[in-house]
Amino acid sequence: MIYFDNSATTRPHHDALSSYTEAAQTYFANPSSLHRMGGKAEQLLTACRKQAAQLLHVEENEIIFTSGGTEGNNLAIKGTAFRKKRIGNHIITTTIEHPSVLETCAELEKQGFQVTYVDVDKYGYVTADKIRAAITDNTILVSVMHVNNEIGTIQPIQTIGKMLTEFPNVTFHVDYVQGAGKVELDLKKSHIHLCTLSAHKFHGMKGSGILFKDKDVFIAPQLSGGGQEQELRSGTENVPGITAMVKALRLTMENLRDQPARLFELREKLWEGIAKMEGVILHSPPAGAPHIVNFSVPGIKPEVLVHALGEKDIYVSTKSACSSKNSDASAVLLACGVPEAQAESAIRVSFSYDSTMEEVEYFLVVLQEALTQLKKVMR
Amino acid sequence: MKSIYLDHAATSPMHPDVIQAMIPVMEGTFGNPSSVHAFGREARHIVDVARDKVAASIGASDKQIIFTSGGTEADNMALIGTAIARKEQGKHIITTAIEHHATLHAANYLESQGFDVTYLPVDATGAVKLEDLQGALRPDTILVSIMMINNETGIIQPVQAIGELLKSHSAYFHTDAVQAYGTEEIDVVSLGVDLLSVSAHKINGPKGIGALYVADHVRIKPITYGGEQERKRRAGTENVASIAGFGKAAELAMNQRAERKAAYQQLQDTFVSELEAAGTNFFINGDTGPRSAGIVNLSFPGTNVESLLMNFDLSGVTVSSGSACTAGSVDPSHVLKAMYGEDERVTNSIRFSFGYGNTAEAVAEAAQTVAAIIKRLTKGKE
Repeated sequence: MIYFDNSATTRPHHDALSSYTEAAQTYFANPSSLHRMGGKAEQLLTACRKQAAQLLHVEENEIIFTSGGTEGNNLAIKGTAFRKKRIGNHIITTTIEHPSVLETCAELEKQGFQVTYVDVDKYGYVTADKIRAAITDNTILVSVMHVNNEIGTIQPIQTIGKMLTEFPNVTFHVDYVQGAGKVELDLKKSHIHLCTLSAHKFHGMKGSGILFKDKDVFIAPQLSGGGQEQELRSGTENVPGITAMVKALRLTMENLRDQPARLFELREKLWEGIAKMEGVILHSPPAGAPHIVNFSVPGIKPEVLVHALGEKDIYVSTKSACSSKNSDASAVLLACGVPEAQAESAIRVSFSYDSTMEEVEYFLVVLQEALTQLKKVMR
Repeated sequence: MKSIYLDHAATSPMHPDVIQAMIPVMEGTFGNPSSVHAFGREARHIVDVARDKVAASIGASDKQIIFTSGGTEADNMALIGTAIARKEQGKHIITTAIEHHATLHAANYLESQGFDVTYLPVDATGAVKLEDLQGALRPDTILVSIMMINNETGIIQPVQAIGELLKSHSAYFHTDAVQAYGTEEIDVVSLGVDLLSVSAHKINGPKGIGALYVADHVRIKPITYGGEQERKRRAGTENVASIAGFGKAAELAMNQRAERKAAYQQLQDTFVSELEAAGTNFFINGDTGPRSAGIVNLSFPGTNVESLLMNFDLSGVTVSSGSACTAGSVDPSHVLKAMYGEDERVTNSIRFSFGYGNTAEAVAEAAQTVAAIIKRLTKGKE
C-alpha cells in the first residue's frame, strides 16, 4: 500500500501504540482520583504535559489537552469570542481556513459577531498588511492557519504575529494542525496566543489534541463539568491517548530535526514528475509545505482518478476529508481564484516521514498510466 | 495485602477484549472515515459497526447515536444543544441537586445565558420525588435532565416514572445514564427519554469516547463546528479505534449485563456483610430505596474523609469519597449535602464501587482491612 493521504490522517506510530496500550493497562485510574493509582495516572499526565510543553517550547500550564483539532479550533475561537465580547465583537480570519474554523466563525456571525474573511492570492497566501487593514477598534481575534490543509501554503505567521503586537486587544490564534512536526513554527517568537494541534495528523491517535494557550490570555471554557485542564476543558482526561500523542509528537519532531530535507526531496521529485505530465495543473505554491502537493487534471473527475489509483493500492484524496461529502469544487481553490472546472478536479497528495522515494517514483508511473488510460476513454 | 481497586465508578480498567478489538484498528485501519478512498471506507465501516452495537445496547437505532469525546461532552451537548435550539419555546430547565458536575455546570452556564434553572432537591432517600418534578414543571419548561443512577451513592432515580409523567409535557427528557450503563437494562423507548448520555470508560471501554442518544424528533444544535461528521451534529474526525473499543465494550456489557449485575451485587453484599460481621459502625447512605449493584456509599461515624482516604489507600483499598471529577479536592460532597444537609455524614463517607476484576475473596479481604482501620480510627471515641 502507498498511503499518500497523510493530511487526512496518519498511521499511528508503533511506539505511540505501545504507549497507548501500556498506559491503558497500567495507568487506567482516573487522574482526578485522590488515591495512589489516581496519583500515578496524574503523574503520567503531568509528565506528558511537561514533555509537550518542552517540545513546543512553552510552559506546562499553557497546554490544554483536547479531543482533537476541531475541538481545539472551536475552543480557541468561541472561547475567545465569548470571553472578550465586552471588548469587541470583530473577528478576522482568512477565506481558506479549515471548516472547523470557518464553520465556527459562521456560527458566531449568527450570534452577532462580525467576521472578516481576508482574501488570499493565487497560491493561498495572506499578508500581514491585509490583516492589518481589516483590524478595527472592535477586533478581538485573528485566526490564521499555519499550513493550508489542501494546498500546503505556509502563511507568514511570524510576520502577522509581530504586526499584531501593536494591537494588545487582539488574541492571535493559529491552526497548526497540518504544520506540526512538518514545518517549523516558533510559537513564542511568532507571538501566538492560541495554537491548535491534532494527534492523528502526526502519528498519534485520533481523539486527542492540544490547544496551546498563552498563560496571559483568557478564554471561556466550552465544556463544563469536573473542571479538568485548569477548568478550561472538563471531562476525564484520555491519559492513554495523551501519552500516545506526546510520544508521537516527539518522534515526529525528531524526524523534522534529523532529516529536514527528506520531505522536500520527495516533494521535488513528485513536483517535477507531475509538471511534465500533459494536461496537469499544479495548485500548490512552489515554496509550500514539503508534504502537500495539490494538482488537477481538468476533464477527469477526481473520484475516477482516486479510484484508479486505489486499484493500485495507492491512496490520495480529492480535498479535505472534512469536506469531502460535498462533491462540488474545493472552497480553498476557489478562494485562490482557480476556475471552477479546475477546482472540481483537484487531487491532493500528502506525505509523512514514512513515505519513500520509491513510492513517489511508482506513484508517478501509475499516475501517468492512469491519465493515459482515462484520457483515451474520454476521447 | 494486595491492593484492590474499588473505584470503578470513577473509571474502570479496560477489558482485554476491548484492547484486542482496538489494536488491529490502530495498526491496520487508521484511515479517515471521511476519505472517499477504500481505505477511508474501511474505517467508516468500523465506525458503522460499532454504532450499531452502541445503538443496540440502549434500544436505539444507529442514526440516533452521536459519538462524543465522553460523558461530559454528551451531557453538555444534551443540555446546551437543546436549550439553545428551543429557546423560543421557553427558557425553563429542570434538573436536580445531585447531578454529575457535567450536568450541573452546564446548567449553571445556561443560567448565565438567561435560562431559568430549577434544581430539584432530594431528601435522605437520595431519590427525586415525582411530585417535586410535577410541581416544578411549567408551560415554558423546555428540558428536564435527571440522571439514572447517582454516581456517588448509586441511588436509582425513578427515570421510567419521570418519562411517563413527561409524556404529557413538551419538555425534552434527558438522562445521564453513565453510571447505569453496563449493569442496568436501558431501553430508550420504554424509559421515555429523548436524550441519554453514556461513556465508554465506565464500562471497561477506552477513555475519550462516549455517546449521546438523540430521539428523531429532538431539535439540537451542535456545540462543535467544522466537518460534517455525525450527521452534521458533532464535527471532528471520528476516533475510529476508540469507537471500535466502545462498540466492543457495549457488546460485552449487553451480553453479560445480567451476570455482571448479579456478580457486582454479590460483591457489594459480601463487602457490607463482612463489615457487619466485624462489628464495624457504619451506615449505608441512602439505604431506603433501590441502589446500583456496583456502588455503595458508606458513612463511618467518628471519622473524617481525609484520614479515611489516606488510610484505605495506604492499605491498598483504592476508593474515592465521591466524584473523581471534583478534581483533586475533598470538597464536601454536593450529593450527600443535598441528602443530609450539614450532617456529619457529609464529612465521613466513602464510595466503594465494584466491577471487572474484583473477586469475592479480595472484596472480603478489603472489608476486613476497612473494618480494622475504622476500629483503629474510632478507638476511644465510642
